[in-house]
Amino acid sequence: MSATTKTLEELTNRKYEAGFITDIEQDTVPPGLDEDIIRFISEKKAEPEWMLEWRLKAYRNWLQMPVPQWANVYYPPIDFQAISYYSAPKRKEDMPQSLDEIDPKLKETYDRLGIPLHEQEMLAGVAVDAVFDSVSVATSYKAKLREKGIIFCSMSEAIQEHPELVRKYLGSVVPYTDNYYAGLNSAVFTDGSFVFIPKGVRCPMELSTYFRINAANTGQFERTLIIAEEGSHVSYLEGCTAPVRDENQLHAAVVELIALDDAQVKYSTVQNWYPGDEEGRGGVYNFVTKRGLCAGNNSKISWTQVETGSAITWKYPSCVLRGDNSVGEFYSVAVTRGRQQADTGTKMIHMGKNTRSTIVSKGISAGHGQQSYRGLVRITPKAENARNYSQCDSMLMSATCGAHTFPYIDVQNPTAQLEHEATTSKIGEEQILYCNQRGIATEDAVSLIVNGFCKEVFRTLPMEFAVEAQKLMEITLEDSVG
Amino acid sequence: MALLEIRNLHAQIQGVEILKGIDLAIERGETHAIMGPNGSGKSTLAKVLAGDPSYEVTGGEVYFQDRNLLELAPEDRAREGVFLGFQYPVEIPGVSNTYFLKAALNAIRKYRGEQELDAMEFLQLIKERAKSVKLDEALLRRPVNDGFSGGEKKRNEIFQLAVLEPYLAILDETDSGLDIDALRTVADGVNSLRSEERGFLVITHYQRLLNYIIPDKVHVLLHGRIVKSGGKELAEELEESGYALFEEAAA
Repeated sequence: MSATTKTLEELTNRKYEAGFITDIEQDTVPPGLDEDIIRFISEKKAEPEWMLEWRLKAYRNWLQMPVPQWANVYYPPIDFQAISYYSAPKRKEDMPQSLDEIDPKLKETYDRLGIPLHEQEMLAGVAVDAVFDSVSVATSYKAKLREKGIIFCSMSEAIQEHPELVRKYLGSVVPYTDNYYAGLNSAVFTDGSFVFIPKGVRCPMELSTYFRINAANTGQFERTLIIAEEGSHVSYLEGCTAPVRDENQLHAAVVELIALDDAQVKYSTVQNWYPGDEEGRGGVYNFVTKRGLCAGNNSKISWTQVETGSAITWKYPSCVLRGDNSVGEFYSVAVTRGRQQADTGTKMIHMGKNTRSTIVSKGISAGHGQQSYRGLVRITPKAENARNYSQCDSMLMSATCGAHTFPYIDVQNPTAQLEHEATTSKIGEEQILYCNQRGIATEDAVSLIVNGFCKEVFRTLPMEFAVEAQKLMEITLEDSVG
Repeated sequence: MALLEIRNLHAQIQGVEILKGIDLAIERGETHAIMGPNGSGKSTLAKVLAGDPSYEVTGGEVYFQDRNLLELAPEDRAREGVFLGFQYPVEIPGVSNTYFLKAALNAIRKYRGEQELDAMEFLQLIKERAKSVKLDEALLRRPVNDGFSGGEKKRNEIFQLAVLEPYLAILDETDSGLDIDALRTVADGVNSLRSEERGFLVITHYQRLLNYIIPDKVHVLLHGRIVKSGGKELAEELEESGYALFEEAAA
């Protein structure tokens, strides 16, 4: 055992003895980031050498990168040395074999969040790969999926069991040089989900993962990779919430999607992390890189997001349309209230011929919330007959909130057709009075109006998620008009 | 007691007094018309009765079926049976007319302790009512007033009136912006809804609507006061001589 590792272990143990913030036992390294921490993470996860090398390359590159300043969000500089980069639930002897065996405390938390796993499983036939902090603790329906040759597991497991796939695709859509937070994630990611749908297979169920941030001051660095081989279809659902904490919690996930010829990937997110208190203290910083590559001809990638949480959101789920006739879609509802700030949107990079993309973005601002739509539509020189339709609507619910739009359009091929529509409306006292005058109470009126505004996006969500999203919206915007 | 009784009602918006002492009583089964020039306070009266929070009531009383209307929230006034046909019906994108009306009707029924209608019963009801006011059924599926023509919006108001069946319907310049055919359709709709149970307060600029909706009483509103009340012949008199005659009386 090297001296460094020894020191680390001592530190870990000391932390361990000092007790933990949650009742679930955790394995947490002290705050700070250097190559030893990365080696520790890699070793802890018993990773192969190539994985460690990749992490270290990412880390060394990250050190050279400047912190991005261009987003229309404001926050004090993050001290990356004050963050702890590894935290995993203590595994007792074995992993739980079924959901009944999972830690009752964990189950209780999920239940409080309104996401009872067993119910989800029974009602919706959803295979759940739950991520508590950084390590998967529950997986289900694996056998059923395996019959079809589908791999749905944690990223750590994939690195062990399917190294050839991980090596081939990890970082192929979002390289570690891509941006600051993706670089950081590549160096220190702890876990996430891995999905592989073989050629010609339609995934028989919605795949879902519930992410949750738990340990105070622990950065969350999820890494998700979804590969859809030729002619395959998959729909993936991601939903998140977080409990109240005082410290800011950095979340810098990376999600990579790959669709080969004729494959379709649909990725839906409902994000409801802690947005901070009335002054915006303590909320989650959600700095996420999500990108899909339509690598094959006639492939399709569709993003739907409902973003209601986090103190700061910095997120642009994007599509690179490399295959001919490939299709990219982005449907988004984002809510900022209190002191929340969001700079979100998408990028549609058209490279193949006859590629099409659709962007529908609905922003709702209330309280002192500030929201920016930032989108790029790029038509590269070889993208003949590319088409894009963009629609960005903003709704203002107070006199103190803000909505901003930064649409970038870069057309390098004259055959392209682009449409861009944008509206800004104030949720009218008139609209509310109109509803009141028909007997509808104000809170029902707000929910009716907002859900109407978001309808085009909600209808792209899988059914059970759409219902949840509507509920979330109602709860989120209670008492927001003013 | 009258269906609606307004006593010495004063109201202001942003510190400017608009209603300066209105007295008016409407019995069940009666249709009253309020006429007056721009800025006389016609629409303010309608909005104050509906409970628009941008207006402040500074004096007077309003009783509706023996209840103190001014104490009620706007939605409760609607549930008690006061309906306002808006001068400018509001658009609610993404919310279908059907969904909106079902929410409204069931909120009203719940308030009254009645059973809420299920989807089938409700659909049957609105199809029948759409027919009775000659509303194109396609409009039922469209978002509330979104992309409707002026005439369609007004017809939609009358359709909502037919579905919600209030005890008092206040129609705020329902005739404005309508061509003669649309005016007729709207008036026919209103006439078909007149009953012994129900009162109407029809607010208008012009006499022409009153050729189709024959009022029992006509009131002339000027500078926030009713300066003259009379029968339907008063409307004709106004048409001939204009408001100038009353200006002098008001001064």
